[in-house]
Amino acid sequence: MKDINEIRKDFPLLQKKINGRKIVYLDNAATTQKPQCVIDAINEVYIGYNANVHRGVHVLSDIVSEAYENSREKIREFINASKKEEIIFTPGTTGSINAVAFSFGERYIKPGDEIVISHLEHHSNIVPWQMMCERKGARLKVIPITDNGEIIMEEYKRLLSEKTKLVAVTQVSNVLGTVVPLKEITDIAHQYGIPVLVDGAQGIQHCSTDVQDIGCDFYAFSGHKIYGPPGTGILYGREKYLEEMPPWHGGGDMVNRVTLEKTTFNQLPFKFEAGTTNYPGFIGLGRAIDYIKELGIENISSLEKELMHYAIEKLSAIEKVRIIGNPAERVSVISFIIDGVHQYDAGMILDKLGIAVRTGNHCAQPLMDRLKLDGTIRASLCFYNTREEIDALAEGIGKVINMFYK
Amino acid sequence: MNNEMSINDVQDNIIEEFSAFSDWMDRYSLLIEKGKELEPLDPAYKKNDYLIEGCQSKVWLYPEFRDGKIYFYADSDALITKGIVSLLIKVLSGRTPAEIKNADLYFIEKTGLRENLSPTRSNGLLAMIKQMKLYAIAFEYNTNKNTPGAAF
Repeated sequence: MKDINEIRKDFPLLQKKINGRKIVYLDNAATTQKPQCVIDAINEVYIGYNANVHRGVHVLSDIVSEAYENSREKIREFINASKKEEIIFTPGTTGSINAVAFSFGERYIKPGDEIVISHLEHHSNIVPWQMMCERKGARLKVIPITDNGEIIMEEYKRLLSEKTKLVAVTQVSNVLGTVVPLKEITDIAHQYGIPVLVDGAQGIQHCSTDVQDIGCDFYAFSGHKIYGPPGTGILYGREKYLEEMPPWHGGGDMVNRVTLEKTTFNQLPFKFEAGTTNYPGFIGLGRAIDYIKELGIENISSLEKELMHYAIEKLSAIEKVRIIGNPAERVSVISFIIDGVHQYDAGMILDKLGIAVRTGNHCAQPLMDRLKLDGTIRASLCFYNTREEIDALAEGIGKVINMFYK
Repeated sequence: MNNEMSINDVQDNIIEEFSAFSDWMDRYSLLIEKGKELEPLDPAYKKNDYLIEGCQSKVWLYPEFRDGKIYFYADSDALITKGIVSLLIKVLSGRTPAEIKNADLYFIEKTGLRENLSPTRSNGLLAMIKQMKLYAIAFEYNTNKNTPGAAF
């Protein structure tokens, strides 16, 4: 694997200074920085071969369509889906989950049915289900978690019944970094014939992910959290369900034959891709996947694990810092609070020191309520972060404490 | 307390006080000090009715209308936010609704606070000003309504 200094050179933004300071970017769970090769790949579309995909007979449309479909294949391979037709392009994780909530709801959900989620979820994996339940007269059930931030498996098993029609859980908590035991959850659900949707927004970039090995029926993630551009999202869906589910949007490219009386839909995956997608973005995402593969996702995982342990060790050593949650398995996301200092105050001062962290409830208000917190400070790491940056964070926290305890 | 000084006099004082520090850390320390000087808000008013929406931290703002003037009391769970609201209170509390409504708050720009406290930071600076001005408009409307012949 490349040396960390070489890796950092791949990311133009990491070379920049703001107010004369190097940027310490520890907000990777919100979005990741982009390597030059991804930026170039997107630019090349506009400069060299821009045309709408799947539309024209002309050469530009052919070139761009091929690059676009190559990206689909790269993504299929990356998550080990069995078929390219199971990879749907969406605007993001939120778009993917909303799409399933709508179409799955239309096809399979009746009044009195139940959807099971966990208490760890991001709003994106709560609100679409609430909306669907409202629309279809179904009910939302929530798997409780421990104080350490782990799903209670016994409670999960107890929640499942013949009324359960879908289980939707996150791969990794965006607040606590908890790695959720997806295989176990899926196996249990499948014993009852219940399909499982996984919100992979915080998992795909850190863990080697194989949808066939997990066995999940839907898997959603966002391109911008895995070094690709925003506005690109993936929905993997098991073919059987995608075939049965109605399209969520109607429009161009998703149809087979339109008459004013009746329309027949295009085949998978196009049935779910109405209108022009962010095709330069998806070509960029394909390049981001190449980049990850060049580094090796296993290498990335071990590098990030080491860095995270260093960060936990370093932050735990600060007297007034309390790390939130203590899951047995955690990746790259560390939430903490500083006793007696509001997270917003701390975030403001850290920002002035050139350290980018996120503060607040992280779009997970039910989880905050469960933890009895107003919010946390979240440092989220990835492979291009360094020990020096963790040291800078620790030093910054020291300054915050001095300032507010003066 | 501000009665002898105009809104702009108070703003000029604040600008002078902040300009003594060139280092941002000292400015923030001063802001935090200002927050600590804020007259405490009666806990009875720390409820949702007085909570200002749009802040990452909680800010409660309670207005009292006395002798034609509005007196503001506030608190926040974050000290930087409390410092900001304390400055706004120094400038705007004890003024008539018309004065508050028409106040041009140039001290925010000139103390260098605006660059750090932009609306996208969800610090609620703009929400606080808006709320104070809305109270001013509401009190002014109520006063006029009770004046004979002002129904139109």
